[in-house]
Amino acid sequence: MKLLTHNMLTSKCIKGVSVGYPLKINASDVKETEIDFNPEFVSKMIPKLDWPVLYEAADSLGKVGDLPKNIIENFENDEDFLKKVHHIMLEVEIVNGNLICPETGRKFPINNGIPNMLLNEDEI
Amino acid sequence: MSRSCRSYLLWFAQEHTEFRFAEIKSLLSLFKIEMRFIKQPKDIEPYWLVEFNSENDVKLLASRSVSLKNCMELWAHGKTVSELHRKMKEYPMHLIKHYFEPSKSFKIEVETFCKHVSQQEKVSKIEAFSYLPMCGRVDLKQPDVKMQYIEYYGIEANNPPEEPYDVFFGRWVTSGLRQLIKKLSLKTRKFIGNTSMDPQLSLLMANQAKITEGDIVLDPFVGSGSLLVAAAQFGGYVLGTDIDYLMLHGRTRPTRIKQTIREKDESVKANMEQYDLSHRYLDVLVNDFSASFWRNDFKFDAIITDPPYGIREATEKIGTLKKNYKVKEEHLPTHIPAKIDYGISNIYGDLLLFAAKHLKIGGCVVCWFPVFREDYNEKCLPSHPCFTLTANSEQGLSKVTSRRLLTFEKIREPTVEEMQQYTCNISDFREKYYEAREESRTERRLRESKIRQDNREKHELSKSLT
Repeated sequence: MKLLTHNMLTSKCIKGVSVGYPLKINASDVKETEIDFNPEFVSKMIPKLDWPVLYEAADSLGKVGDLPKNIIENFENDEDFLKKVHHIMLEVEIVNGNLICPETGRKFPINNGIPNMLLNEDEI
Repeated sequence: MSRSCRSYLLWFAQEHTEFRFAEIKSLLSLFKIEMRFIKQPKDIEPYWLVEFNSENDVKLLASRSVSLKNCMELWAHGKTVSELHRKMKEYPMHLIKHYFEPSKSFKIEVETFCKHVSQQEKVSKIEAFSYLPMCGRVDLKQPDVKMQYIEYYGIEANNPPEEPYDVFFGRWVTSGLRQLIKKLSLKTRKFIGNTSMDPQLSLLMANQAKITEGDIVLDPFVGSGSLLVAAAQFGGYVLGTDIDYLMLHGRTRPTRIKQTIREKDESVKANMEQYDLSHRYLDVLVNDFSASFWRNDFKFDAIITDPPYGIREATEKIGTLKKNYKVKEEHLPTHIPAKIDYGISNIYGDLLLFAAKHLKIGGCVVCWFPVFREDYNEKCLPSHPCFTLTANSEQGLSKVTSRRLLTFEKIREPTVEEMQQYTCNISDFREKYYEAREESRTERRLRESKIRQDNREKHELSKSLT
């Protein structure tokens, strides 16, 4: 699972959970793959991201590197910055581990890169 | 005279004929291209006579169209062969004479639609153009200028008339994406499921959803991801979800008849890699569509999906009919959640409600909807106040059933009330399907095995006779 996807996921569908965001990450296997860089796509996604959540997620995996803590101005023209975001958002992959609901501690296992967000019938 | 230099003939594949209108309409809107009909096309005829403001427009359109075969700049059109040649002789030569310069190699292609003619006849049809001042050399492989001569004999291949109904001549401009259908064929695809969508229909769906470079596209009933292949092909960055854990992990029973177990690395991602689209693959997740987990403010650019109808794939969601049910602590690590019937009406209601919340304005939901032909009217389709239905075309499935490809475009954000539960009053296809079926599965199996048995006997008999 990519950190871009993590940025959009919540556990709000659990009964009794109101926000369920951001999900904590407990990863046992993280992989970095090379993916074609598309500056237009990255520029388009940056305003849609919850930046502190992305930063925090990267930090918890030890992959934050020199990613700035805040979105820089005129990021569209800064290829160096866009490449950093591209790497964190798309190239860092959680292969195995858990996503954890911040309110209930419910774990959602990630196996082979695919998160299992299914709830049990008594949780909905 | 400017009119005649911008007339084009669009020639379509005679397959899924109803869908070409929806596809072209979506592409014209996506690229903001203006196209005018010179003659209003008839439903089933494979050609359109149209005008464009520039040749770039028609090239752009063809660069994305799956139903379009060829496009030519029309120089002459006649109801008979002699009328065509008379018109061609009258054509203002100064407009096209640069195509005939000595430096330009050329080729004339002859097509007789719905009628077979010999090579010799084709050559004599080409020679009829000897009055054209062509000076270049002939090059059959890579000509600088390709001209097309088409005789149209209607669409009844068994009984073509003596003389053609229409005759066209002009310069080939560009071709559509027919070759892509073959490239994405399910026969050669790494990972397929029992209900994988045919590549041509998947590409049509991606076009109707107006997917463009950098769009985020979701399929909430993703299965083997056949729709995402098409979406990624046109520049979408794709996400999929499905309730079926085994499917997403490529661990269901194999779909191919000769395969006993699935290969270790079958997955939606493997398909993307097969077609060099892995940079457009975001993620697939196991989830129950009735329990949304996306961030409230997150917006998708398009949603394309083929929800289960309850016939070949069950309509299910997580739940139980037991009251106050609780999973026991000791069972938690291995518990597989129970499922209850979701129901078609709820699925489509939830789909439009989800899209009202999570789709950008102007974004499209493209989905299939099963119907009984005799009961069909537009009122029985799902609807939502935030959407207009922009396309609705039918694909027959059997004598009594069909499915319709629907395109909904989001026109506004929902009000607070519209964000809440939304009920969609549509009848359940599944119930009637099993009632109205002419024969049960067992009956069909017996009937088919009887036919096979008879054929075998006939075959044995004919062998013993010779």
